[in-house]
Amino acid sequence: MPSQEVNPDLLKERHTATFDPHEFAVFWAGGEERYKEKKSLEKMFLEDPALKDDLPISYLSHKELYEHSLRKACIIGEKIRKLRAEGEDGVDTYNALLGGSLGAAILKEGNPLTLHYVMFVPTIMGQGTMDQQVEWLSKAWDCEIIGTYAQTELGHGTFLRGLETRADYDARTQEFVINTPSLSAYKWWPGGLGHTANHAVVVAQLYTKGEFRGLAPFIVQLRHSDTHEPLPGIDIGDIGTKLGMKSVNNGYLGLKNVRVPLNNMLMKNQQVLPDGTYVAPKNSVLTYGTMMFVRCALIRDTAQSLAKASTIATRYSAVRRQSPIDPNQPEPQIMDHTTQQLKLFPQIAKSIVFKTTGDGIWNMYNVLSGEIEQGNLDRLPEMHALSCCLKAICSADAAAGVETCRLSCGGHGYMDCSNFPTIYGMTTAVCTYEGENTVMLLQTARYLVKVYGQALNGEKLVPTVAYINDALKERQFVNFDGSLESIVKAFQFVAANKIRIAYEQIEQRRRQGHSTEMAANLSGTFLTAAADLHGRAFLAESAYTELLAVSRQVSPALADVLKVVLELYLVDACLNRIGDFLRFIDITDKDVTTLEIRLQNCLKQLRPNAVTLVDSFDLHDRVLDSVLGAYDGNVYERIFESTKKNPLNKEPVNEAFHKYLKPFMKAHL
Amino acid sequence: MAPSVIPTSVNPDIQKERDAASFSSEEFAAWWSGGEEKLKFNRDVREYLQKDMDVEEVQQLHNKSHEEIYEASSKWAILAAKKLQRLQKERNPGGNDYWPTLYDNQVMWGLIPGGNPFGVMYVMLVKALQAQCTPEQYEEFGKRIENFEVCGTYAQTELGHGTYLRGLETRADFDQNTDEFVLNTPKISSYKWWPGGLGHSSNHCMLMAQLYIDNKPKGPHMFYVQVRDEESHEPLPGIHIGDIGKKMGFIGVNNGFLGLKNVRIPRTRMLMRHAQVNADGSYVSSPANVLTYFAMVRTRCVIAWNNAVMLAIGATIATRYSAVRRQSPINPKEPEPQIMDHVTQQMKLFPEIATSVAYRLASAHLWNLYDITLGDISNGKYERLPELHSLSCALKVNCSSDSTIGVERLRLACGGHGYLSSSNMCHVYVNATAACTYEGENTVLLLQIGRFLMKSWRAALSGAPLAPTVRYLAEVQKKPEFGSWTGTWENMVHAMQFAAAKKTALAFKSLSNRLSRGETEETAANHTGIELAQAAELHGRAFVFSSFADEVTGPKAKTRSAALNRVLENLLELYVVKESLNHMANFLRFINLTDTDLTRLQDRLETVLTKLRPDAVAIVDGFDFSDVQLNSTLGSFDGNAYERIFDAAMKNPMNQKSVPKSFHEHLKPFMKSNI
Repeated sequence: MPSQEVNPDLLKERHTATFDPHEFAVFWAGGEERYKEKKSLEKMFLEDPALKDDLPISYLSHKELYEHSLRKACIIGEKIRKLRAEGEDGVDTYNALLGGSLGAAILKEGNPLTLHYVMFVPTIMGQGTMDQQVEWLSKAWDCEIIGTYAQTELGHGTFLRGLETRADYDARTQEFVINTPSLSAYKWWPGGLGHTANHAVVVAQLYTKGEFRGLAPFIVQLRHSDTHEPLPGIDIGDIGTKLGMKSVNNGYLGLKNVRVPLNNMLMKNQQVLPDGTYVAPKNSVLTYGTMMFVRCALIRDTAQSLAKASTIATRYSAVRRQSPIDPNQPEPQIMDHTTQQLKLFPQIAKSIVFKTTGDGIWNMYNVLSGEIEQGNLDRLPEMHALSCCLKAICSADAAAGVETCRLSCGGHGYMDCSNFPTIYGMTTAVCTYEGENTVMLLQTARYLVKVYGQALNGEKLVPTVAYINDALKERQFVNFDGSLESIVKAFQFVAANKIRIAYEQIEQRRRQGHSTEMAANLSGTFLTAAADLHGRAFLAESAYTELLAVSRQVSPALADVLKVVLELYLVDACLNRIGDFLRFIDITDKDVTTLEIRLQNCLKQLRPNAVTLVDSFDLHDRVLDSVLGAYDGNVYERIFESTKKNPLNKEPVNEAFHKYLKPFMKAHL
Repeated sequence: MAPSVIPTSVNPDIQKERDAASFSSEEFAAWWSGGEEKLKFNRDVREYLQKDMDVEEVQQLHNKSHEEIYEASSKWAILAAKKLQRLQKERNPGGNDYWPTLYDNQVMWGLIPGGNPFGVMYVMLVKALQAQCTPEQYEEFGKRIENFEVCGTYAQTELGHGTYLRGLETRADFDQNTDEFVLNTPKISSYKWWPGGLGHSSNHCMLMAQLYIDNKPKGPHMFYVQVRDEESHEPLPGIHIGDIGKKMGFIGVNNGFLGLKNVRIPRTRMLMRHAQVNADGSYVSSPANVLTYFAMVRTRCVIAWNNAVMLAIGATIATRYSAVRRQSPINPKEPEPQIMDHVTQQMKLFPEIATSVAYRLASAHLWNLYDITLGDISNGKYERLPELHSLSCALKVNCSSDSTIGVERLRLACGGHGYLSSSNMCHVYVNATAACTYEGENTVLLLQIGRFLMKSWRAALSGAPLAPTVRYLAEVQKKPEFGSWTGTWENMVHAMQFAAAKKTALAFKSLSNRLSRGETEETAANHTGIELAQAAELHGRAFVFSSFADEVTGPKAKTRSAALNRVLENLLELYVVKESLNHMANFLRFINLTDTDLTRLQDRLETVLTKLRPDAVAIVDGFDFSDVQLNSTLGSFDGNAYERIFDAAMKNPMNQKSVPKSFHEHLKPFMKSNI
């Protein structure tokens, strides 16, 4: 085993830090209590020998990986039962266990039972009537039945109205007849659907009395509860290997005249009466709620992914020495190369900003869902627009950031044992699931263009877009003084102008005779650019307010570090969009040079605290699961050690030599 | 097994695209391949290699375990080698135009999708042996490698050191008493790490080690070392060898590690074409080893070329898929359109098509310069070497990083289905991104280019003449204003050069400031690293701009039909406009552009997207990939994407039984335990 001593380079970094990592770690966990909970969960799950892997899972075949994962998933399920029995199963526990932190430490390529807990059960809770909840929930919570959520099809994803699966009500037998009428109608992608679940909530187009009624969710039993054999009319299986999330058992599902009782339609929001009469939902916007909930949660996940990646890359960059800066000096830690700092530190800053923004959005969501319960839907469109573009921006930036971190580790980042490939697979998936990113940006843009029109009519806009009012008042941006506040304001001004241009593009095309829809399509790239800037302006403002607020609550030492993080984030964000700034704001070449120098100064200031900052993310070695990023920094020893577990190295000569190579080489003689 | 769900007909949406194209894909294909004859040759060899291959087995690659993947890759690689040897024997006995020349050629793509464990042997080792061996040495052991009588690889990178060669730790000590070298990897970090095929597929290797004579270092040198027994394949004494483990990509190439402990080899196993160690321990150093250095120029050209082609593969898959996938009505009253009709989708696809063409042309251009310079060198003229070296680095960096981002954009353009292994998009990605770190890590290369630019800038200031491809620096020194922006292609090529020169000037200024504040040259260069890298990047982009414009507007246009020229002009227009918009910050900073100019550029972007729309499928058809090369359920020629996704899923080993054994072992006991 690698020596337990900490690599001296890393130790040195920890000694030179100017703040206390524990203080930061407690803040990062969400307070003392959360911090303790986190530690106790880690103890419960990570110290269980049954949940440790002898063999790195990347060596397994697809089938072996599933078997391995299901075994562990059942152990986790058992522990969740115990936690539930003790009343210790809060939302955060499920997040940690089934999401990217603790969950990833146990099943890094995903858990085939996750969708049971995070979609099947909540959907019954959210869309089932009281009676239905009584009927299904306890069985589901106890895992007597295992379910999943089947919505996406081979032919349709984000565009829900295009789904083809249909449920026809048969009043004679009081049953729904569910069918996937074509190949493209097959349900495709749901996690756990392949061979794990025996039930699913199937989303289908509802027809009663021969009329189309819209989408509705149905509980469908898929497999026999004893034999697990697929029930008649059910064609089911695993969709195959993927870039990442390899052990989720994503499945496909074809349905042929599958009949389910009337009561299996989840009827909290809409009903079908026994005679086939359809009662429409009172408010169609209610379904937005779940989607917003998920998107808000995803923003926090992206912060977590970036935190993992930047921890690994930063520690590695403290340990790896390469290429003398001065030929007469020994090789420096690669973190001393300015270009390396530019790869790492902005990712650390983004992790922190995405996290605080994600927390902020989460709180907003909670306030909002309270308002919705009371029938107040005023802020729903604003919140929807915000959650869409933030989901898109944070997932795209996080995926790119993870890759930047991986590439900053050179070739070694390419090895599976660095864990970067898995983290990347996990992170980039967010770009397409739960609403494809471009579609998300277009939805935000549609809202922005609408409120821009309202602002032109002199209406006062809601808080997150109120900057449009300001920009319309002050046509010029005056006094860009480079202060952080001024960067935030400038972001908003640029966003307002991007929205203006998108608005004008659509108007111009309408004047040319295009329909509104066609005009919007033709203006698509302007729209996505506007939504992108809107999200970035929000992130800039959120970084500014949240981090300054935190700074006031923590020790001066930590506050100083957070201020550098804030400045780095804002200056970097600004330089990344400097073309837009130059276009709309009167800034000079000298201003740009000044910003570039500030960026370099921020990097320099963060340098001594970089390792301690990532230490403060407090990610367990098992969560990181990386030979490059372990706390002790014994990088080369761990890489070396990892080869001993490689099944190819169990025998000095592989069979392939005798089977293929030798006969071929000898054939020449 | 149930009959295949894949129709034998072509998807009507994609057929409609082909019927409506404004030009001939065949003409494009011939142009892209370098002439009709070349195209015919490629197709012919490809067909021969792909004939009777077990496509179904190859498609199972990603369902296999690491060990199985290695075995399968070895099998396929040897099958392909046999076929090429057979072709050589049949068509041109005694020549080398089929074997081994084509073993690392594009015609091989798709045959060994996890990568070829014997690839390095022919991509690098044979060529390196030819360059480094004395004729006697090549006769003695080089030939055997060339003929595949033994197998080998090229071992340079170590666990602790990569691009920075002087830091390598493996050492070779000369022992005069026995006339041998003693090889050692003194630490874990000195282990050779990464060479393709080193794990279990080589019984020899070319080893780079620090040469010591009487404990005095002589720098890195090359040695030829046997690592495994030729009969039993067992590692030889003192050799610790194996596979480094699973990676993001190249999962079949058997990258290996190698530790050496007092391994002795005869003195004559040092490759002595350039430097020599004599029996008495006297050392003859190599004359300025420009050729080794120059070989890297070629390697980087090849990388840029290959990555451009990978981007073309990604573009082919995503474009065809975007023609058959229908989603989200633009107008709610109309049926769902092909997703390629969404302008945002066009913006993901077409720029990548153009980028792929741009880099292919730039690599071809550089390759041409390489050949010319090769001639110069044999006449003792070395002047253009540093220039070409920088240019090849710049092209390698920009192309590897742009193609990586581009392939990923294209994958994401396929939505969730791009995440499926069967789409092949993720595998194209991991192959493309590997080039960002191998053969010189991108940032390190950018910094090297940056240093060259500083040198050139300084030379220009003193009035010294500059090499042709950096002459624009001197012009900008003479005429520091851009002049007027007209938006013609020529003007935009000039603008990119101008921006590169201005960035160089800024970096030079920062560097000078730091020097005048008393920083050493090296520390100042490190602190100016970001600016140096930015200037270097733009230098490379300017070259791509001008290469593309030259090809399209230059004399070669006369050899093409008007219809094809129109398509190429559209691609050029798209490329320069989108690149200018992407680098708008640099343009706005140094060039006086008005808001109207910007709006006009944006209009041009949209106009050219619209113009390319009807030709998009035909263009990617013109890239002329076979279905085996694409290896994608989303991108096959017939466009039957859903049926192929479905078919691939059915063949998944997990689906051969309706209930997996793990249900009985784990799931059932878990579900029942609570009742």
